[in-house]
Amino acid sequence: MIITKQKDIQKILGQLKGKDRVFVVGCAACATKCATGGEEQVRILAEELAKNQKKVTGTIVLDTPCDMRIVKKELLHNEKAGLAESLVLLSCGAGVQSIAQVCPERDLVPALDTLFLGSIERLGNFNQYCSLCGDCIIDETAGLCPVTRCAKALVNGPCGGAVNGKCEVNSGQDCVWILIYEKLQKNPTNIKKYRKIKSNASISKPQRIKTR
Amino acid sequence: MKFAETLKTKKFIITAELFPPKGINVQSLLDKAKLLRGKIDGFNVTDNQRAVMRLGSLAICRLLLDQGCEPIMQMTCRDRNRIALQSDLLSANTLGVENILILSGDHPSQGDHKEAKPVYDLDPVQLLKTARALETGVDLAGKKLDGSPQFCLGAVVNPMADPLDLQLAMVEKKIEAGAQFFQTQPIFDFKLLETFVARTRDLPAKILIGVFLLKSAQVAIFMKEKLGINISPHYIDRLSRAASPVDEGINIAAELISQLKPHVDGVHIMALGLEEHISEILDKVK
Repeated sequence: MIITKQKDIQKILGQLKGKDRVFVVGCAACATKCATGGEEQVRILAEELAKNQKKVTGTIVLDTPCDMRIVKKELLHNEKAGLAESLVLLSCGAGVQSIAQVCPERDLVPALDTLFLGSIERLGNFNQYCSLCGDCIIDETAGLCPVTRCAKALVNGPCGGAVNGKCEVNSGQDCVWILIYEKLQKNPTNIKKYRKIKSNASISKPQRIKTR
Repeated sequence: MKFAETLKTKKFIITAELFPPKGINVQSLLDKAKLLRGKIDGFNVTDNQRAVMRLGSLAICRLLLDQGCEPIMQMTCRDRNRIALQSDLLSANTLGVENILILSGDHPSQGDHKEAKPVYDLDPVQLLKTARALETGVDLAGKKLDGSPQFCLGAVVNPMADPLDLQLAMVEKKIEAGAQFFQTQPIFDFKLLETFVARTRDLPAKILIGVFLLKSAQVAIFMKEKLGINISPHYIDRLSRAASPVDEGINIAAELISQLKPHVDGVHIMALGLEEHISEILDKVK
């Protein structure tokens, strides 16, 4: 899931300078789970904008704003959205840009910052375990990704700077290489995999892909 | 003598660390190096150490070479992608710098440009392999080089890291990738090193144990508490009671080297700005 956080309201208002009529768009998928762009956050933001002398012409929570087909169907011809000068978007960067592509004439104000692809530990508690590098090696690293979870993205082993099992860059973070090693140790064939030198990653991953 | 040749001998190897200035005034550094010429086997020049922006390692290495000091250029994976790393390896060789010590490099968040983008496009094992590939006349893209370089390659290991098995597996990988010598983090207790020394004795690479010149009790306390380095309270006590803490630090460093000498391949001395005292340390080694 894509983890987002809301921008400071003053920043959003700054982007809306000179615009009086606004329409707020939320996301029923990731941003709802993140509690950054669901029904409730859309309502709260609309109230906040109204308090700041903006006329809110309407709101909508799209199923998945990152899906251009849904944007076309639900937003492009939305009457209330048509009355607004700006669309305030509570969605991730993929959602904002899908809307930008479908509605090229509209003034868009992103109201969220997009952080990372997250795993949910519990509500409001998200961890970045995958950085979408496009070259997965976790079959060799006990299912834990060093590209993401090592501060230096070292793929051949640790830097040696861990203090009491914690990363030298962030003492609240376990050294992922120690975790990997502990897991690998339980299976000798896995240790062999660790000893094999991993070559440099290909980082030229596709930015556009067609599967059919 | 070229460092690669020194590594082949049985002599107790001594290298010292020099760090370039933040700015372009290099004279004091070169003067300090001159004091040590002929007394040590390699002058190891850091690469934006602790992620603090400084004058580059390569420039100092070349200046050292010009005054008859054998340089070892440190090269971190932190600031350059694979294009720049390979290009700088070729540049170093062209300027006569053959000894390269490869390390990951402290993370930018530890330094003075905390917002800098961490690169780490290659890791140290991959960079060692890359340097060896350049020697064969091809680059990482598989393209032929017009003239190939020759290197003497080193890497780092932390003998105090836990679990030690994981560090030793790294050492083996680095040797397989091309490392001929290693330097370690500073060590303050030979007893703690015994297992490491026993387990690395037969490896086909020389290991130079880090020795640090403690200039005050405060520095020792900082290293112990903030960096998790094991420093015996006995040393901290000696430093805090000494009339001249630097002199006491020199005594401690000399004692450590004397203890290490019969058991290890060599030492790597880190004096952190007090390089003019390294000769005094060496004079006191038994």
